[in-house]
Amino acid sequence: MTQLSSELLTTPSIEAMETKETLVAIDVRNLSVTFPNGNGGLRAIQDISFHIQEQEFVCVLGPSGSGKSTLLRVLAGLLTPTSGEVYFYGEPLKEPRREIGFVFQKANLMPWRTVLQNILLPLELQKVPSSEARRRAMELVELVGLHGFEDSLPRDLSGGMAQRVAIARALVHDPQVLLLDEPFGGLDALTRERMGDELLRIWQARRKTVIMVTHSIPEAIYLSDRVLVFTPRPGKLRLDLPVYLPRPRSDEIRYSPAFGELAKCLRAEIG
Amino acid sequence: MNIIEIPKQFPFQRKLSRSQHAATIVLSLSSAILLWHFATQLWKFPPFILPSPALVWQRFLQALLDGSLLRHSAYTLFEVLCGLTLGVVTATLLGYLLAKSHWFERLLSPYIVASQSIPIVAIAPLLVIWFGPGIFSKILICALIVFFPVLVNTIVGLRSVPEELSDLMRSLKADRWQTIRFLEAPAALPVFLGGLRIGATLSVIGAVVGEFVGADRGLGFLVNVARGKYDTPLVFVAVFTLIAMALLLYTSVFLIEKRLLTWQKRQEETLSIL
Repeated sequence: MTQLSSELLTTPSIEAMETKETLVAIDVRNLSVTFPNGNGGLRAIQDISFHIQEQEFVCVLGPSGSGKSTLLRVLAGLLTPTSGEVYFYGEPLKEPRREIGFVFQKANLMPWRTVLQNILLPLELQKVPSSEARRRAMELVELVGLHGFEDSLPRDLSGGMAQRVAIARALVHDPQVLLLDEPFGGLDALTRERMGDELLRIWQARRKTVIMVTHSIPEAIYLSDRVLVFTPRPGKLRLDLPVYLPRPRSDEIRYSPAFGELAKCLRAEIG
Repeated sequence: MNIIEIPKQFPFQRKLSRSQHAATIVLSLSSAILLWHFATQLWKFPPFILPSPALVWQRFLQALLDGSLLRHSAYTLFEVLCGLTLGVVTATLLGYLLAKSHWFERLLSPYIVASQSIPIVAIAPLLVIWFGPGIFSKILICALIVFFPVLVNTIVGLRSVPEELSDLMRSLKADRWQTIRFLEAPAALPVFLGGLRIGATLSVIGAVVGEFVGADRGLGFLVNVARGKYDTPLVFVAVFTLIAMALLLYTSVFLIEKRLLTWQKRQEETLSIL
């Protein structure tokens, strides 16, 4: 780690720890994932350890192929690690949990279901009574700004709208943790920034723990409390950088010297 | 000079309005009948070789009024519907197993594919020997002919379920039944119904093949009897009834597709007769 980053890491964090008593939501210990292939296996992740506080917004940053998506799949319980453990509020995570919501790279909507029906899916699977389910789904339709599109089919939505539906679907059953795998990767730059703001607004309204994979440095700084930087394959944790920018954040902050400093530091680390 | 030429729309490619559509069908049918009529007038075939449309129509009314046509049609239709149901249900269940388990697929697919190289006409006599000349052997032949297209399309449909959606269902902790109901069934439905459409028309063939081998009722039996008596007009009547039955089944499946797959924009691509 560079000197700059370790400075940023130590000074204010003690303060932050003291002002707010926090719970560890996710604890990752010595995690490694190796995919079987012809010659000895492909190491996607090697010996990663970190923990994430409740209600923290953490971005995972790294070049393509650094195992970011793999990490997220492990955290979602969709992939069993080769070695190491993941704890969810102190409990070992062995399989998917309803307390964890997942937003995929593609919006991943069911094309035969309308916007509202797509958002309702998690509640239907949990057999929530339909009037209650409808109320909650409508609330999320409002929250993600899709009022009037409830009965549209996914084929009629733009990329940004589809991704909003995906976020609403991941939130509707009120999970404690939200995992997002490059959710805005397919969007144009402007929509992407707007979606980031939306996500921050939703995060502030719902106070979730968020872990988001991205390969955009400004996006990571703008959104998160902390940025985890991964090395290229095999993915190792290179840097754990707290972002002490005031909240709520607005567009102005992108042009502040602190933002530039952080971006420079991250850029250097990614290499 | 323009290198890229924008192709002009081929005149027959443009979409028809509803009334144009209906008019085209009427035109096509009436000209076919007229052609047939003039052919019999021109070459003066004896009626047992090629009867005129008027003669066939007469024979149709006669068979309709004495009740024999309805009786035989009902019998064949019953065989077809039973065979179709049996074939579709077994093919769907087995298709699910084969799509889900590679072990099962390895175990069974050689036999399933090999069975398709045997013409149904060749094994129909065997089935009649084993299961008697009654209705059961006909239903079985019908089911066998329906089985393969439905099985293949069930497997293809289930395999086409996007992996990301399976992951989504897993992350939401859907159980097996929920995964079938909320994901696999709707995702596989378009391809499955395509198979059903083929199966539905084939099922009529199955019933007739069965009746040809040995039966005392049904439209296939009627064809056989009429042929023996050189009652060619009646052969035509029976054949047209079979065509009507196949069209009816095809159209029913088409309507089901239209109703269930409103979320898809590919209705125009299917061969429609409506």
